[in-house]
Amino acid sequence: MTATAPLPAHGAAPSDEIARALDLARAKRWLVAAVVTILCLWVLVPIYLVLVNALSTPSEVSGWPKSFVPSFAMESLAFFAGYRGVAEALLNSVMVAAITMVLSIVIGAPAGYALARFDFAGKNAFRILVLMTRAFPLPLLALPLAVAYIQIGLDDTILGLAFVHTMLAMPFAVLITASLFMGVPFELEEAAWTLGCTRLQAFVKVVLPLVSPGIAASAVFAFVVSWNEVFAAAVLTIENRTLTAFLLQSLNVSPLHLKFAGAAVLVLPALLFLFAVRKYLFAMWGIANR
Amino acid sequence: MPSRALPYLLLAPAALFLAAFFLYPAVQVAVIAFTRGDEVGLANFARMAGHWKFDTALWNTILLAAVVVPLQLALALFMGQIVTQMGRGRDLVLYVFTIPLGISDLAAGIIWLAILEQNGFLNSFLYHLGLLDSPVARLSYQNTLGLFVAVAIAEIWRATAIMLVILVAGMGLIPKEYNEAAEVFGASPWQRFVKVTLPLLKPSLQTALILRTILAFEVFAVVAALAGTSMPMLMGETYAWEFQLQDRGVAASYALVILGISIASTLVFLWWLRTPEEARA
Repeated sequence: MTATAPLPAHGAAPSDEIARALDLARAKRWLVAAVVTILCLWVLVPIYLVLVNALSTPSEVSGWPKSFVPSFAMESLAFFAGYRGVAEALLNSVMVAAITMVLSIVIGAPAGYALARFDFAGKNAFRILVLMTRAFPLPLLALPLAVAYIQIGLDDTILGLAFVHTMLAMPFAVLITASLFMGVPFELEEAAWTLGCTRLQAFVKVVLPLVSPGIAASAVFAFVVSWNEVFAAAVLTIENRTLTAFLLQSLNVSPLHLKFAGAAVLVLPALLFLFAVRKYLFAMWGIANR
Repeated sequence: MPSRALPYLLLAPAALFLAAFFLYPAVQVAVIAFTRGDEVGLANFARMAGHWKFDTALWNTILLAAVVVPLQLALALFMGQIVTQMGRGRDLVLYVFTIPLGISDLAAGIIWLAILEQNGFLNSFLYHLGLLDSPVARLSYQNTLGLFVAVAIAEIWRATAIMLVILVAGMGLIPKEYNEAAEVFGASPWQRFVKVTLPLLKPSLQTALILRTILAFEVFAVVAALAGTSMPMLMGETYAWEFQLQDRGVAASYALVILGISIASTLVFLWWLRTPEEARA
């Protein structure tokens, strides 16, 4: 097949017609490139601008007219870092997100494995329960939990907030890990059993290495969910505020440069994490569809 | 190990967690909403509805969702179609398009504040173009329309990515042969989009619309950053009653209103974009 040269089927077409088609194709390529560029700028320019503000002096931030290039002054960020409560809030945010990350995977992955590998009564009911959480304004659950937490001593604690954030992230972890485990052929596990592995050994030695990048991705996803969450964090923490809760509650008292520095600090880690898991983003949402 | 018990053991932590942190508070929020003092009834709801901000908050929330969600759907479909036609650079462009997914709604609000505030980048840009002499306040509490537009733009900027990701994942599931066949029969790109892609994309459209609409009803930090308290929204009022006014009952009533419109919109999308039984894979 590949040896025969392609023959023109109807003889050569008039050359100007070909030229026109080529022009059209080129024009279309340029148009697509232009549109893609505009859309990318629409996403990127606002982020750039807030970074410009974060890297300008406070007087530049409130000055007029504004420069579109940062002066790379650290005053705003230094002011933010030294502002009362910021360091604690930052630490709280990291801790809540870390606990959320661990809990979502430790609780979610076994459930995902069960959904992927077993047929059992109640499987569908559990699936529906997990899917139902996604059609529910989950941050509102912080309201009744705030009452319950006072009774059990979890009020204004990092752990209490991490539980709510786990509730946000765990359903994703279940669905994502279920599809990861489904991607590993059951025969591989069976082969390990016949070679003398126990069920646990087979899982640790055969399945886990294959799914660990995906599990790491869903862990990172859980971290970002918690890091970014505002409402539940603001409702459940008073003294032990996270960065989002801190920024929200100081919105109408803090100067502009504090807000912009805070937003920049909030945005950057999330962007880095998202970059790390970009390959998995679509797989995650693809399965969440079904 | 008994293989029959194993799946239940694996599922138990997740199931218990869902019971404790999803089912229990979901019931409890209703209990709080329907109890005032020691009496069971609608007193909280009466108090909520009697406050002058309630109508505005409800109306603003629904109006914002009605404006933002269709625009986001159109933009996400457009972005998705463009991306699927790209060869080189597709992955990079997709990453850039999905960047807002990682951005907190609070950060998004502050980012647009940087652009739209009085001495912000928009005014400065217009000044450099010679279209503006001195700063104009675009986010003043008197400018209701301006605040609404600002919040809408920030929401479109921030949350279109979530629809894009769902729709692009769905587009990847559509076999190429369908579009090729339509092309052979002489369908134009627009006809192929409307008659082939859209119908086959229905399950993804449904998911995207349900998720996005619920999130739109939950809009909170974007409004707080851009409009403060000048633009009442259901979620913001919930927060205000819980914190500033220290009235958990009314806050819970607001929560039930948000829950109510969320469920209603979900049911509408489930019915409107249902896939007929015989068309299911």
